[in-house]
Amino acid sequence: MKSLPLIFLGVFFTLAFSWTGIVLTSHIQMRDLVPATPELVNADGEPIGGPTYRIRGRTVLGQNAELMPANPQPLVGIAKQGKQVYQDLGCLYCHSQQVRRAGFGADFERGWGNRQSVARDYIAMERVMLGTMRTGPDLANVGLRYSELWQHQHLYNPQITSPGSTMPPFAFLYEVQPISETRGPSPNAVEIPEQYHPGEGLEVVPSQRAKALVAYLMNLKQDYELPEMKFTE
Amino acid sequence: MNTDPSLLQSLSPKETTGFDVRAKLREVDASMRAPAMLFLVSAVLWLLAGTVFALIAAIKATNPEFLSAQAWLTFGRVRTAHLNAMIYGWGNNVIFALAPWIMGRLSRARIRHTSILMVAGVFWNLAVTIGIIGILKGDMIAVEWLEMPAYVTPLVALSYALVGVWVIIAFRWRQTEHVYVSQWYLLAAFFWLPWLYTVAQIMLVFEPATGVVQSLTNWWFAHNVLGLWLTPVALATAYYLIPKVLGRPIHSYYLSVIGFWSLALFYNWAGVHHLIGGPVPAWLISAGTVASVMMVIPVIVVAVNHHLTVVGLHKQGWASPTIRFVVFGAINYTVVSLFGSAMALRHVNEVTHFTHFTVGHAHHGVYAFFTMIMFGGVYYMLPRLLAREWPNAFLIRVHWWMCAMGIVLMVVALQVGGWIQGLQMNALSEEGTPVYTFLQTVENTKPWLWARSISGLMLLIGHLAFAVNVGWILFSPKTEDQVTQPTLLTEAE
Repeated sequence: MKSLPLIFLGVFFTLAFSWTGIVLTSHIQMRDLVPATPELVNADGEPIGGPTYRIRGRTVLGQNAELMPANPQPLVGIAKQGKQVYQDLGCLYCHSQQVRRAGFGADFERGWGNRQSVARDYIAMERVMLGTMRTGPDLANVGLRYSELWQHQHLYNPQITSPGSTMPPFAFLYEVQPISETRGPSPNAVEIPEQYHPGEGLEVVPSQRAKALVAYLMNLKQDYELPEMKFTE
Repeated sequence: MNTDPSLLQSLSPKETTGFDVRAKLREVDASMRAPAMLFLVSAVLWLLAGTVFALIAAIKATNPEFLSAQAWLTFGRVRTAHLNAMIYGWGNNVIFALAPWIMGRLSRARIRHTSILMVAGVFWNLAVTIGIIGILKGDMIAVEWLEMPAYVTPLVALSYALVGVWVIIAFRWRQTEHVYVSQWYLLAAFFWLPWLYTVAQIMLVFEPATGVVQSLTNWWFAHNVLGLWLTPVALATAYYLIPKVLGRPIHSYYLSVIGFWSLALFYNWAGVHHLIGGPVPAWLISAGTVASVMMVIPVIVVAVNHHLTVVGLHKQGWASPTIRFVVFGAINYTVVSLFGSAMALRHVNEVTHFTHFTVGHAHHGVYAFFTMIMFGGVYYMLPRLLAREWPNAFLIRVHWWMCAMGIVLMVVALQVGGWIQGLQMNALSEEGTPVYTFLQTVENTKPWLWARSISGLMLLIGHLAFAVNVGWILFSPKTEDQVTQPTLLTEAE
């Protein structure tokens, strides 16, 4: 092995092989995925079982049944800003956003979802964060599990809702301010239990970033069925 | 020497005893002196910065209140600053110091126009600095291993290209007939990384792909930075240094060929194993698992080849700082790769996925294998570039023991703790409810994470000893004309 062209061709084709297989093929396979209703119909309006059906030997995409919302839906408004906050704080490194199938791990039993996550769930996302670590629980359906108040308390100081948690407090997303004497407590103030309260005459008010982050978290839910994936029971 | 060297002799970098060859190598050394110093000093500074980031993140993992008042010091950002400082700051800088030098020496071609390398070095370090500041202030891209903000991409690409070109040019101007295994690995690595980086930048940053294609591209890229960049460079260094220091040619040329091509073929498919159980096509997961298991071939081949080269010379090896670090790294290449193959099996992955086991595995690969071999390379290169010996054997011993024991402690703590964590996360009672609440599983990882912090402290001590020794040799007087011998860790035989 002493020729540059031989080595060059070899290293080119080995990487081209996996690039074609992993990146290009999956791109081709998934670029046609579109939001779907739980039921799909063929060109004649008859319900079909899966996302595609065959007509005259060709595989054709089904159409959404009428009068049903097509999912997944893209994030809008403040929730979209909240996703930026989630990204820049590095939440990804401790939280996954994917529910594995029943029988593989204990995702269902922990209440992290009642169906497996599928590729279509992620097509409306500008940034997909499946995650590889569960230092904290999975968040694919966190919007279904807790209230906004719980989220704010948990972000302000995780020990309030989850004693012993190793999640860092995000108190820097909140303003601790004296309660106004003329206007009284802010309507936005978060209720904080006495043990964690900053003190008499003070209140904890979420910043715009905290509100956006909670709006994003409340939007994390895979609470719809798709032709290829129905709820378990 | 009038007779032509035999095939075996030509394959070994050991055959450098002739006066003309020595003069040639001197020339290569002299040409690389300035750029290698720039890259090496930067690498050591990044190593220290990355270790400090790591320690902060490690303490936060058990004591979340620690330094939690400011956004820029939150766990998610500090941990990411650690990764980028280590991979792109330490790893790439030390590669840029060692790889052109090894390529130049093996090609007997001095590195030309090194001022361009110096410019590349300044740009590269500027890019990583801006990138890490960007991460800390909240501009990070939420893609693992690709977090540095898009505004440093042009600088990263340009400075990388300027280094890569000189490695290939050194090979192009080679004055040797035979091409040694280290040269294949270096050429391949310097060709693979820009391809990986370009695809990842286009499909994840500038024109993000649809849905989980992002995740697939992410892990194709990230795992290949390890497999097709750090790994081949570390193997090239080991293949160069083991025969060189021990004065014995590599055991088998044919094993080297098999090892190289099977790595090239299988490693780049393996990354998909980070998505086992995830919402991606099942056939890709299967392909990733198969490739991960097939990695046993190059790993065993390289292990046999290295072992048979070292066998019988353990005492001499133990005396040499270079060989101590390199052989430690080479052994861990075998161990970590076999672990990696096992972790790609679905039933093992069900336990280890999403736990600290994977974090332990990552450090096993990047530290116990790659970084330790790079340390060995620096111990060999610096005395030759500066024509003086390592001033302090005690500091080398501190470096060795702290790093070797520290990384073993870290890997054991994270993998034992991670395995328990995985079992407890998945454990179901007979009624089908989780046996442990999530917070109980978190609580049970804390002692292991404490052990990890202690191991981090040991690594910091080792790195400080290394940094002091590097600073010392830079400013100590030349020993070229004195009667001296290499700095050894035990009495020479």
